[in-house]
Amino acid sequence: MLDIHSTAERNKSPAKKASYPAQGLFQANYDPSIESDKVVKIRATYELFIDGKWTPAEGGKTFLTLNPATGKPLAQIAEASSKDVDRAVQAAKRAYEKSWRSTSGRDRGRILFRIARILQERAREFAVLETLDNGKPIRESREIDIPLAAAHFFYYAGWADKLEYAVPGQRFQSLGVAGQIIPWNFPLLMAAWKIAPALATGNTVVLKPAETTPLTALLLAEVLQEAGLPDGVVNIITGASQTGAALVAHPDVSKIAFTGSTEIGKSIARQVAGTSKKLTLELGGKSAHLIFEDAAIDQAVEGIVQGIYFNQGHVCCAGSRLLVEESILETILSKLKRRIRTLRVGNPMDKNTDLGAINSSEQLQKIQTLVALGKEEGGDFYEPESTPLPTEGYFHRPCFFSSVPASSTLSRVEIFGPVLTISTFRTPEEAVQKANDTPYGLAAGIWSDKGGKIQKVARGLKAGVIWANTYNKFDPCSPFGGYFESGWGREGGRHGLLPYLEVQS
Amino acid sequence: MSLETASFVLKRVPVDSVGIQERCNFFTQRSIKKSSKLDALYASIQLMDLTTLEGSDTPERVKQLCNKARYPMTPALSEQLSRMESFRPIPSVAAVCVYPEMVSVAVKALQGTKIQIASVATGFPSGQTPLKTRLEEVTFAVEAGATEIDMVIQRGAFLSGDYQRVYDEIAAVKEVCGLAHLKVILETGELGTLEKVRFASDLAMEAGADFIKTSTGKIPSAASLPVTLVMFQAIADFYTRTGRKIGMKPAGGIRTAKQSIHYLVMLQETLGPEWIRPELFRFGASALLNDVLKQIAKQLTGHYFYDKAFSLD
Repeated sequence: MLDIHSTAERNKSPAKKASYPAQGLFQANYDPSIESDKVVKIRATYELFIDGKWTPAEGGKTFLTLNPATGKPLAQIAEASSKDVDRAVQAAKRAYEKSWRSTSGRDRGRILFRIARILQERAREFAVLETLDNGKPIRESREIDIPLAAAHFFYYAGWADKLEYAVPGQRFQSLGVAGQIIPWNFPLLMAAWKIAPALATGNTVVLKPAETTPLTALLLAEVLQEAGLPDGVVNIITGASQTGAALVAHPDVSKIAFTGSTEIGKSIARQVAGTSKKLTLELGGKSAHLIFEDAAIDQAVEGIVQGIYFNQGHVCCAGSRLLVEESILETILSKLKRRIRTLRVGNPMDKNTDLGAINSSEQLQKIQTLVALGKEEGGDFYEPESTPLPTEGYFHRPCFFSSVPASSTLSRVEIFGPVLTISTFRTPEEAVQKANDTPYGLAAGIWSDKGGKIQKVARGLKAGVIWANTYNKFDPCSPFGGYFESGWGREGGRHGLLPYLEVQS
Repeated sequence: MSLETASFVLKRVPVDSVGIQERCNFFTQRSIKKSSKLDALYASIQLMDLTTLEGSDTPERVKQLCNKARYPMTPALSEQLSRMESFRPIPSVAAVCVYPEMVSVAVKALQGTKIQIASVATGFPSGQTPLKTRLEEVTFAVEAGATEIDMVIQRGAFLSGDYQRVYDEIAAVKEVCGLAHLKVILETGELGTLEKVRFASDLAMEAGADFIKTSTGKIPSAASLPVTLVMFQAIADFYTRTGRKIGMKPAGGIRTAKQSIHYLVMLQETLGPEWIRPELFRFGASALLNDVLKQIAKQLTGHYFYDKAFSLD
């Protein structure tokens, strides 16, 4: 019999033992490696981008956008009133009637390709600006946000002159003015998700970025001009919820595309009901992440980390509800704890930062309140207490609750922060049942070494995106969207064209 | 000792190669600057098995190598750098790694130092000789003064599924090693998949390895970050299961200081800082040393020195 103890017995120290240092030879903490903010010039004030010109808001109303890593203001931003919204919609309508609806697909594609290339050329500038305004680690904005935004423009540029293949055998028409409202978690990427398919299909746009992260969308306005996009085809107006509401209510808007919270999504749906507006909604989620005992465990742990702590958990499809096969719970918990302790929380401009700043003090407060509630509800809480947090700005440690009842608030609501809930299942059937036990249905992840099991489980899941042995992977070719309270419609891929077209058979 | 009865321990652990590669890309993105970088460079020297394994090795060649192991930097350059603020004396390497015939030469040349003497043995690099002669070779090297034995596993036996034989042979080698440390070379480039690397790692550790090592350096596919990560994970799980810390030695193909920093970052973020010490981690390398010295000089002075400032041996 193979006896571990006798093996250990054999492994006595060698004869000639050198006196090595007692502790490691390499610094436990890396010296800061800060990305320079000199590559981007942030103006003191930003106006509204309407009809190809920068114009102040009516009455000169403004608000501040902050750097969440320091809490200090970055710039003053014009706040669009309903009159400004009207000006923007009228400009978009004129551009649509006058030129854009009759611009050939090839010419639209040419401009979209140019936008994509300019984004690539100015990637560093955009990455730095995104990190400053949003708080996400520079590594992520550099490696994920900006390249993916460019990829979306490239992808839809390709479709612009091939739309007849998107709806084979049918005729189609563009809609007119699309009102687009985007969130603060992936500011430029969400702008790309919205603008690229709208322009490819021949619509014009009024885009409202989130009030806490308007800067990259405003910089994008420069790129659009540089690419030769005619005035008025894309208008960018900044403001908070009233600005968005005015856009949704505007009678000349033919389509609303909204990404954000389920609560606001529902109210938009109510507002749009009974009008001629088309609507797509990409809303919240509480996505299940299923780990089977036959998975490659170390890679699964990495997937869990990427699933929930990527972008500080500010991801609508975050794998925030971990379901682990009971036989491997202890292994997963200990490996996850070990891994979380190595995550570096801090200055997002540091190239070695893994978790940056929470986007706003409101969001931080919301997360803290929910974590406090979770502790009251009785889940087992873990956070790496030794992980230092910066003294200024808005930061939260990566953390998780294990043994969480399915009925608890934390298992039900979208936290939108680096907080994971963990519970167990015993069989694949139970895994599917528990995964589907949510009002949401945006995404899910399955980890198993068995292809057949993955296919079977995936068929049972009610979610729009399912990842197998990976998580949080995005591709412009792949339609994205949710079941139930996670939204209406799909963005990305061929499917992402359809909400911007009327089809005639 | 039978492997079957231990099958609960030696179950095949699934490895996802896409996930492994992705994780490795992450380590190479770490940006190591300033004193962390200098620490990493110094550590790279202290963790190095300076190696010569050529058919043409002669006593004089090995003596030269031992001198380089002892004093990696030329006195003239050391003297020049010692005026810089963050200078620390350049340490010796952890060990020299030679063929059994050269062990006695190395022992003599390294007398009075703490540098370990590693010897490859067991029909290196193929392992395709009778067990009896392989064990005799180990005994010869140990008696000549080797403090570490780098054995190869019989890949033929492993790939044909005769795991019991591989296990028994490692255990037998461990037996004749006596007090010398045993490093087991898996020759991962010949195993085909990361899952086989994982299984061979588990097998070697169960059979008594003190270290597991990637490669002989004699085939093109040598150490890589993915292979090393899989072996780190095997070591971590073995530690959780048994409480024993097994060492890791990536060998072959690590030629630049930048690569060595990637390995150290990965080590730090997986097994943890307690593994960054010569008892638990080694680089098997020869060309690496001068590149590390070059980068140290650059870190200290802000400019690069030309190649001739660093002696070959």
